[in-house]
Amino acid sequence: MNFPPSPRADIDPIFRLRTRRLMLGVVAVFFLIAVRLWVLQILEGERFTDLSKNNRIRIKTIPGIRGMIFDQQGRLLVDSRPSFDLLFVPEDAKKPRETLTYLAGLLKVPKQKFLAELGRNSRRRPFREVTLKQDIDWRSVVLVETHEMDLPGVSLRIRPRRNYLSQSVTAHLLGYLGEIGPVQLKTLRDEGYKMGDEIGQFGLEKTWEEYLRGRNGGQQIEVDAQGRKIRIIDQRKDIPGHSIFLTIDQELQGSAYQALKGKAGAVVILDAQTSAIRALVSTPSFNPNAFARGITTAEWNRLIRDKAKPLHNKAIQGVYPPGSIFKIVLAFAALEEKVVGPESTIPCHGSLDVGGRVFRDWKAAGHGEVNLHKALVESCDVYFYQIGQQLGVDRIARYARMLGLGKKTGVALEGEKAGLIPDSRWKKRRFGEPWYPGETPSVAIGQGYVSVTPVQIANLMAAIANKGTLNQPWFVRKIESLDGRLIREYGPEKIGTLAIQKKTLSVLNRALRDVVHSDEGTGIKAQSSLIQIAGKTGTAQVAAMLGAVVKSEDLPYSVRDHAWFVGYAPVGRPEIVVVVLLEHGGHGSDAAPVAKALIEKYWALKGQQVRPTYEAAKVG
Amino acid sequence: MHIDRRVISHFDWSIFGLSIGLALIGILTVNSATSDLSGNGLGHLAIKQLYWLIIGLIAMVVSFSVDYHRIERFSYVFYGIVVFSLLLVPLVGFRSGGSVRWLSFGIVSFQPSELAKLVVVFLLAKRLQYDEPPAGYRLRDLWLPTLMAVPLLVMILMQPDLGTAVIYLLIFFTIIFITVRRVGPLLLLGAVGVALLPIGWQFLKPYQMARIRSFLTPDIDPLGAGYHAIQSKIAIGSGRWFGQGYLQGSQNRLDFLPAQHTDFIFSVFAEEWGFFGCLVLLGLYLALIVFSFRVVARARDRLGTLLAFGATIILCWQVIINIVMVIGFLPVVGIPLPFLTYGGSSLVTTMIAVGLLINVNMRRFMF
Repeated sequence: MNFPPSPRADIDPIFRLRTRRLMLGVVAVFFLIAVRLWVLQILEGERFTDLSKNNRIRIKTIPGIRGMIFDQQGRLLVDSRPSFDLLFVPEDAKKPRETLTYLAGLLKVPKQKFLAELGRNSRRRPFREVTLKQDIDWRSVVLVETHEMDLPGVSLRIRPRRNYLSQSVTAHLLGYLGEIGPVQLKTLRDEGYKMGDEIGQFGLEKTWEEYLRGRNGGQQIEVDAQGRKIRIIDQRKDIPGHSIFLTIDQELQGSAYQALKGKAGAVVILDAQTSAIRALVSTPSFNPNAFARGITTAEWNRLIRDKAKPLHNKAIQGVYPPGSIFKIVLAFAALEEKVVGPESTIPCHGSLDVGGRVFRDWKAAGHGEVNLHKALVESCDVYFYQIGQQLGVDRIARYARMLGLGKKTGVALEGEKAGLIPDSRWKKRRFGEPWYPGETPSVAIGQGYVSVTPVQIANLMAAIANKGTLNQPWFVRKIESLDGRLIREYGPEKIGTLAIQKKTLSVLNRALRDVVHSDEGTGIKAQSSLIQIAGKTGTAQVAAMLGAVVKSEDLPYSVRDHAWFVGYAPVGRPEIVVVVLLEHGGHGSDAAPVAKALIEKYWALKGQQVRPTYEAAKVG
Repeated sequence: MHIDRRVISHFDWSIFGLSIGLALIGILTVNSATSDLSGNGLGHLAIKQLYWLIIGLIAMVVSFSVDYHRIERFSYVFYGIVVFSLLLVPLVGFRSGGSVRWLSFGIVSFQPSELAKLVVVFLLAKRLQYDEPPAGYRLRDLWLPTLMAVPLLVMILMQPDLGTAVIYLLIFFTIIFITVRRVGPLLLLGAVGVALLPIGWQFLKPYQMARIRSFLTPDIDPLGAGYHAIQSKIAIGSGRWFGQGYLQGSQNRLDFLPAQHTDFIFSVFAEEWGFFGCLVLLGLYLALIVFSFRVVARARDRLGTLLAFGATIILCWQVIINIVMVIGFLPVVGIPLPFLTYGGSSLVTTMIAVGLLINVNMRRFMF
């Protein structure tokens, strides 16, 4: 096969000239490479051989300190304290066993402990240090420092340890740190994380990791044959993490924690106008300092096996039937849909027959003639069975969702649960069955399939208290760099508006006030002499008690009812919303005094001046 | 098909022999860089590399058997295949060390960006081989290959693979600079290239920015790239005259070298074979390059000249940049050392380039 000859290359002298020059250039570069190799290998070869033999260039990390966390008043909640780890490089100690025996004698520690640590690390790379003991006390630090010359290969590593000043009180909100896992490491290596680094694993520490995290600095140092520093070759400065300021009030948070101590439950306190979280507590709690110290397997197992789930943030992850609190949704829907007028009455005889099934009222004798106001105040079940039937489950679900139920509020904490608002489409999808009218009465009193989280209920109440705006609950107010530069600022974020008539709101709010303030009200235990409170109680059945009415107190703990109270104060000009949930706490009226105490605490704290530790911390 | 006897008699045994020799040195060095402390015989990566060498040999035989004029006709087909596989990479490719560069075919995986280096040579050769105007090529004659080359570059940068992108650009510009006769427009093109740098910067990953910054201001990251550079220098320096011996390099053995079987393989070699070993290795590379330039000079026609030239500078630039980087004169960017670096894509691409050189040399008297 023949191709037409293309022009010959040698008719282009410029091409040939340039190619030849290029080749000469390449030869010159090769020559320079050879010269460089001669310098490295022959002239400096001895030094490099020495450096190589003992791996004399080491990297010493200087940790970038993690950011601090402050409360609404600038009081310090979390900082980092310095701690010392005892390290050992066996290759630097010519006689490692002797050195360790001497060290053990010095620190009055059984020498087997250190030798065992050495044995455990027998397969490590040469010159990689072994951690003999973490977080040693100050006396040991001084002893090691003063005997440095007799302890070849032994060194101290300073490492900041997270210090949660409030211990268990804010554990679920702040979260904790843990060593970075292999899967996390894979995705985060590009962001500079290394094996052994700590990373936020839960709560705020996790969601705000990128701001809190400091960047490690370090030194490239040349060491002598005993591993002691000769000189610093080069270094990189560490960068401390940013400070985070919360909307949480430390004292209110503390009171809420004290109020729940010894019980299982949750408290959420929100700003009624903006949904800023003032306190968020879940009990039983755990001590995040245990994680900072490096949690032991035994401790960890105890935490995850505890039936009361201390690691669970019940305020956002606990799903419970709302019980009678759901009647707020029903009242709202009924008024808006004009199923009942505010004054129209329904007779209550203590039970209602729906298609042959009897639904009981909590008050067996019945409430008599009941209008909407009375139904809410006395928490009449029959009234709501009736209007539930008239509304139908789909309309109930629509209003429940408008009030933020059945979906996550979007609070910036991981693992939030959405709860469940059932409707006929959900039933069809989930069970392949239509919705039966006989199922609606349970929904109408917040039982059956309905489930909600405490933070959803708090937010619902805030929307009603502030006359119709649903905000996303939030708790980080601003982020500042250590030197006080503003990095980010946060404010309320609207996630919905209630399409609601003024009249409906005033009927609802009047009823909620009288729940607490009328003699027949179920929330009378929340009545305060200091401040006017409005609210609603709820009792969430854990086990269905068909037939005889059994008092919750007579039941075994695990099937006792959950107690709810959600309220706001002051009436007329609402400032805060408090929700209290007591797991297996009996009746809703038992949660009311807890809420009352917290609202009174809020009222007392108001106007009190606090000296922020923040200013002190900035100076120090 | 009639095979001219002269085709066989002009087979360039020196280029062939040098390539095989270098590839075998490569396998031995990969073995040293990857075997564990107890290792006897070849480690599994070295054996894998041996298989790649066989695949490379087959690719090489194909690339010198078929007349390069015939190969050139398929330029756009090759272009299409490489563009397609580069597009496939982010969709089905797998991730390694923070970027997605590989396509997996069952047990083997391939990096299409390596082949892009060859494709750009074909794109330019195809355009530049014919009817040179008396005043030489002007830049406007090059819009087509330029337009076709840009998407490849963008896709390589997106992976992100800074090293390959640098080599790719160098190949492109070297061919143009050598071929285009008038110098004025060249300078313009150079200026445009420099102006594009800040745009390219946007594509870089933080770790790549850190590497370049650490080169420009050496004190910026002594813990990352700076530490690698000094460990590499220690390894090379401790080789001294005759090296610590095969499988004896302590920097390598103790895992102080970064990327010891890929980008920093030269350090492993230098530590174990010393200054003399390095001179021999450099000599082999230089001989290969000089013989390649001889093929360029002797080629029968412009197409042959351009293809041979392209293949030559693919080798040249990679050898020079890799070694200069490892001895601490350039920032650490991921550029393989042809024949030595572990990796099938690089080896096969290099073997195809060598095949092209043999191809052009074989057919220099054929009419």
